[in-house]
Amino acid sequence: MPNHPVPVPSSVLAALKNKTIHLSAAKMIHSLFLVNASGDIFLEKHWKSVVSRSVCDYFFEALERATEPENVPPVIPTPHHYLINVLRHRIYFVAVIQSEVPPLFVIEFLHRVVDTFQDYFGVCTEAAIKDNVVVVYELLEEMLDNGFPLATESNILKELIKPPTILRTVVNTITGSTNVGEQLPTGQLSVVPWRRTGVKYTNNEAYFDVIEEIDAIIDKSGSTITAEIQGVIDACVKLTGMPDLTLSFMNPRLLDDVSFHPCVRFKRWEAERILSFIPPDGNFRLLSYHVSSQNLVAIPVYVKHNISFREGSSQGRFELTLGPKQTMGKAVESVLVSSQLPRGVLNANLNPSQGTYTFDPVTKLLSWDVGKINPQKLPSLKGSMSLQAGASKPDENPTINIQFKIQQLAISGLKVNRLDMYGEKYKPFKGIKYMTKAGKFQVRT
Amino acid sequence: MLGMSANSVSYNEQGSVESGVDAAQENSSIPGSFSSGGAAFSLFSADCKKNEDLKEMLESNKESLKLEAMKRIVGLIAKGKNASELFPAVVKNVASKNIELKKLVYVYLVRYAEEQQDLALLSISTFQRALKDPNQLIRASALRVLSSIRVPIIVPIMMLAIKEAATDLSPYVRKTAAHAIQKLYSLDPDQKEHLIEVIEKLLKDKSTLVAGSVVMAFEEVCPDRIDLIHKNYRKLCNLLVDVEEWGQVVIIHMLTRYARTQFVSPWREDAMFDENNEKAFYDSEEERKVEQTKPYIMDPDHRLLLRNTKPLLQSRNTAVVMAVSQLYWHLAPKHELSIITKSLVRLLRSHREVQYVVLQNIATMSIQRKGMFEPFMKSFYVRSTDATHIKTLKLEILTNLANEANISTILREFQTYVKSQDKAFAAATIQAIGRCATNISEVTDTCLNGLVLLLSNRDETVVAESVVVIKKLLQTQPSQHSDIIKHMAKLFDNITVPMARASILWLMGEYCEHVPKIAPDVLRKMAKTFTNEEDIVKLQIVNLAAKLYLTNSKQTKLLTQYILNLGKYDQNYDIRDRTRFIRQLIVPNEKSGALSKYARRILMAPKPAPVLQSAFKDRDRFQLGTLSHTLNSQASGYLELSDWPAVAPDQSVRNVEVVEPVKEAGAPALRKSKTAKSNEKFYSDSEEEEEEEEEGSSSEGSSSSSSEESVSESESEENSDDSNKSSSSQSEKSSSESDSEKKKKTLKNKKLQQQKPDSKDRKQKNGNAVKVESRSESESGSESSSSESSSESGSELDSDSDSGTDQKKNTKPKPVQSKPFIKQVEKKEVSLLDLDDFSPVPVTTPKSSILSPNLLSDLQGLLISPTTSALQASSPVFVPETSHELLHRMTGKGLSAQYRFTRQPCIYGNSMVSLQLTLSNSSDQALENIHISEKSSTGQNIHRFNAIERLEPQASVTVSMGVDFNDSTQAANFQLCTKEDEFSVSIQPAVGELLLPITMSEADFTKEQGKLMGMNESSATITMTPENVSSQSVNRKVVSVANIGVIPSSQENIYRFAGKTVSSGSLVLVSVALKDPDAVITINTEKTVIGSMLLRQFKTALTNSCP
Repeated sequence: MPNHPVPVPSSVLAALKNKTIHLSAAKMIHSLFLVNASGDIFLEKHWKSVVSRSVCDYFFEALERATEPENVPPVIPTPHHYLINVLRHRIYFVAVIQSEVPPLFVIEFLHRVVDTFQDYFGVCTEAAIKDNVVVVYELLEEMLDNGFPLATESNILKELIKPPTILRTVVNTITGSTNVGEQLPTGQLSVVPWRRTGVKYTNNEAYFDVIEEIDAIIDKSGSTITAEIQGVIDACVKLTGMPDLTLSFMNPRLLDDVSFHPCVRFKRWEAERILSFIPPDGNFRLLSYHVSSQNLVAIPVYVKHNISFREGSSQGRFELTLGPKQTMGKAVESVLVSSQLPRGVLNANLNPSQGTYTFDPVTKLLSWDVGKINPQKLPSLKGSMSLQAGASKPDENPTINIQFKIQQLAISGLKVNRLDMYGEKYKPFKGIKYMTKAGKFQVRT
Repeated sequence: MLGMSANSVSYNEQGSVESGVDAAQENSSIPGSFSSGGAAFSLFSADCKKNEDLKEMLESNKESLKLEAMKRIVGLIAKGKNASELFPAVVKNVASKNIELKKLVYVYLVRYAEEQQDLALLSISTFQRALKDPNQLIRASALRVLSSIRVPIIVPIMMLAIKEAATDLSPYVRKTAAHAIQKLYSLDPDQKEHLIEVIEKLLKDKSTLVAGSVVMAFEEVCPDRIDLIHKNYRKLCNLLVDVEEWGQVVIIHMLTRYARTQFVSPWREDAMFDENNEKAFYDSEEERKVEQTKPYIMDPDHRLLLRNTKPLLQSRNTAVVMAVSQLYWHLAPKHELSIITKSLVRLLRSHREVQYVVLQNIATMSIQRKGMFEPFMKSFYVRSTDATHIKTLKLEILTNLANEANISTILREFQTYVKSQDKAFAAATIQAIGRCATNISEVTDTCLNGLVLLLSNRDETVVAESVVVIKKLLQTQPSQHSDIIKHMAKLFDNITVPMARASILWLMGEYCEHVPKIAPDVLRKMAKTFTNEEDIVKLQIVNLAAKLYLTNSKQTKLLTQYILNLGKYDQNYDIRDRTRFIRQLIVPNEKSGALSKYARRILMAPKPAPVLQSAFKDRDRFQLGTLSHTLNSQASGYLELSDWPAVAPDQSVRNVEVVEPVKEAGAPALRKSKTAKSNEKFYSDSEEEEEEEEEGSSSEGSSSSSSEESVSESESEENSDDSNKSSSSQSEKSSSESDSEKKKKTLKNKKLQQQKPDSKDRKQKNGNAVKVESRSESESGSESSSSESSSESGSELDSDSDSGTDQKKNTKPKPVQSKPFIKQVEKKEVSLLDLDDFSPVPVTTPKSSILSPNLLSDLQGLLISPTTSALQASSPVFVPETSHELLHRMTGKGLSAQYRFTRQPCIYGNSMVSLQLTLSNSSDQALENIHISEKSSTGQNIHRFNAIERLEPQASVTVSMGVDFNDSTQAANFQLCTKEDEFSVSIQPAVGELLLPITMSEADFTKEQGKLMGMNESSATITMTPENVSSQSVNRKVVSVANIGVIPSSQENIYRFAGKTVSSGSLVLVSVALKDPDAVITINTEKTVIGSMLLRQFKTALTNSCP
């Protein structure tokens, strides 16, 4: 900052001071811009001095360069700022950073913002955000102070700012009360910040969903190249008071690598492999785990395929048959097959034995909604593809992505042994559900 | 007020026009245009009218109208529109009673105060008032807004407010103060010195809420003042697990930097280790001491940091996991690094953006330490649905991981990628293949052949990339590959990508001697097409011509001249220049002079092969996990990680002297107040009263002593009692008490059980000293028998005041406590006890019913004790000489083996139990190659001794090994092998050998014991044999059973011992209270199984009469 010998008006001084703001390291998140799919900024929020939205031009440049929306690099340097963006629900959340900060810190926070919006509005779309712009602003104000996360726990936020519901809107209109809490949420100060106090339910229930996703790559010949299981236990706990739960497994050794909701007592897990926790109120993810690729993973479906393009001909053959493999006697449901056909394919003329298929000639995306697999009568999709005349034969056969669900089965064999509650007197209703899904399940052809 | 959606509906109706305008405006400012500001101005006239009605609404008397106006204004701000002219109208509402309206006004103020400084000043007094509000939320938000108003004039006011808030009773307000520090600093850096004072004060704060924020402020304002951290280092480490996740990230990064300045490098150790591994292991112990003047011992504080951050790898927050990973990367001994691998791989399942950052960091790590990620290679396989930058990063990592063993798998995988529809990715794969080929000489030929096959690929980019990579590969060994060069020459006509053509031509020229027939022919063809080629190709044609001219001038002289002539008149000046230069160089004439003599040496100089290496090669100059690392360039505000100091700075700077706070009388009181605080926090509904009470109770606690606390706190109920019982099911019970007695005592027992463990154990000391009467009660069936007996003793104190006083003294860690103090205490006790007897305290306050013993201990774990550091490992008190048979000479065909537990910390790993193995050869011939087989059948981690090459007949040798029993008494089974045979052997550890002794002060012992009550406690009463009653014999017995340390005890008849489990480091506390002729053994540990097993062994040891 230059020293002026002459007295300078205070506004100039202020401007100079502002300059020093930029010189001194101002950490963490400076501003946030929300950009929709067509490249419009539809919301901006600044936590420090205002950053012109023209800073986003660097982002737009990157957006133009990227062939796919996902290909925009998450971290974009600009001369004076850094832009860190995440893409969720076709909205880019672009955070403006001025100096060194762990990028994951920002990325994780942005995802947390999206999760919160989803939690509050049911969906996180441009329309929902625009409709609730005031709540959005109030939320962002609470979640970040001076660019540093303040309250990100959904239970705390909900005490500060009530989510908009129709009922509450009506009540507020009549009584003149507000959506904004007047007291500091007790969670902020307590050692169990994730749980609000004074919870009351008439029906006390606790549901746990064990959901496992299989990530696999299957090669041409049907052998498994890599397969691993990624599991989560999602809970919906509606219990009065301060229940203290323990959840134990029949075979905890299966869990190779786990990450916990902060409520889980880590030491107890280390010592006894028992999950002991005071749950948050409502929905939360208790734990996610990983069953490593070193273990043998059962692959519940197989695919027989014959996709071929003949040299010189403008026709290609397409045959696909699905069948159940290791399903432990459970039905494979909600099967959806999708594949990105080569660019040369003009159209596909296929005949599904069940379900419906669509082919988008522009994106070349083939998708086949199979439904349930009947082991007696295996679903198949057969027919021909027409290729661009004169185009050469594509070098690679398309990869097939499969989605499916199997109810009442955790493919890793994980079993919950028992769930106990301490600290409260009533008998809660307890439920545990298992489900296996396809994660990133790819078959190379 | 009006409800949300009603408002938003009306807002939308009004806004429909506006949004139309809006769309127009925003369309004009889509990509690239900087005119959005201007556009807003042009629209401003339209906005003006609407703003008029907003102004009216704000000035109306109706709250609902005001609120609606504010909501619309916030909508304008969100869209980035200018609403500054409404400032006067808005600022009037700053003192509104309606909290939502007020908040929206705050939002507005923070946004525009900078532009309207004079008007903003009007609002300051409101905030100053609010700073004194009894509601902490209001105080905090007033400070937040006040400090967010970037108006330089109010700097002094802000400074004052921050100083005040930093001493606020509410931790939430203190947290806000920490945030405000940064804001004030960026507004006026001249305040730095004052702000550092506040930071220093807040760093001492014990609330987990404040820790993250104040460290953030520290990092921003004075990151170089590392000295401020010293005294708080251990506290921060211990607090870390309970800090909120964002704070954890900041603290971990700061501690990484701190540790690099304060500790010596642990990496040296690895080098030493490797070196010694060469030699036989059994004698390395001595040798190392000779060789190394100073063996590396990790500073306990360094270890503390590593230990306390490790559980955070399990965090759901990816930033925390990454932060811990980078901490381990930069601070941990290399052999401990592997624990971060799994967690990092787990993060790959997260969002695309997270993957991107994590993969970058893995890429950097995988260059230096392949081994870390090799087992997880398959997790880096590319899926067709990955985004391009993810694919490229995965490819990078796979290439880094490639070695002789896995290269074939990787190449097979690469083959799939080459065919990918994503051509940029396919090209990147080809480069990766090239890198594998240069790095692993075994596969160079395979790769080269594969790449040659790709030359006939239909895709140009693939072909071009292949040619370029082949060119690079050939440079390393051209002579062996003339056929490949020939093949490429044949394909030349079909290749259209200029870069590829240029590369082939360069190859022809460079190695024309290997293809003497073909090269001139290629030149001939080129001469024909010269004019139609791209510039880059033309340059190479000129080069080729020149080189051929020099080597084979007979055949190519004319061709060269022709080409040089073409080049001379080319449109591109580069080509003209090059042609002119070449001509002067190669064609001798009188002017060219000396240079042409060297033409051959100039043009045909051997060219070094390009080094194909990772783009992440030098990335580790940046701290991992930082923005700078991601960008590979230094971001502003990046703080360098210093190198390890050669000599560790003074360690004692981190010692925190146990200062007794002035207002509190003694150590027990201090403890008390903390307990109260944490519990109250946990229950608190209304903060303020509690705050006051907190103070009250702590001061009360300081003046009162043990048993009346039980009364003041006994608002609890059967509930906790129940849960106590149920959870204590695992503990050993020795209920030999009669029913009638039980009934009599029920009331008391209940109350007693509700006491905080803390007070319990203090009383326990009392009680154990008291003789007969209390003993009968001590068997009262429930788990905390000793605590009951103790309180009993407390209640009897008034009658036998003399002995009571003595015991009281003993309970205080500081026996200096004055007598009047005690007297006062006694008086109080009487009255309270009376009250207690006649009017049973009303049972149940539902709030506290949540208190399971478990939770209680958790809560206590949250407290930071300045003395935790006093838990230090100590040397074993007693090392039994007995050895156990591992292998009998009969079964071992002459080889016999015995093992014994050395009870020393294992040098091979912190979680291992150290064993000494004596191997002797009782056969008549030498045994060779004695070793432990690689495969251990039970899954324990075993550190094997180095193979013994030869053991002469009748000789014996002693080796040491380590076994990680994982805190279980499960036997470790393994194969002991000689050259010819394999013997299955197993080591069954006694439970006492799974421990390591530690020392701590008596006070710490009591405190730790207090945290391990309930189901973590097991106790039993035994009848001592007379010869065991002496203190020495008790000590001897106990330490011979278990490897634990003796804690100096100030009470005559109580013996205390402390240890920790080797594997997990859980505390194991043992106390033996003698009450002639009986004794109560109490074991407190989280490891309940170990606890009960130990108890059984102690029981047998102490009742056993043999010495």
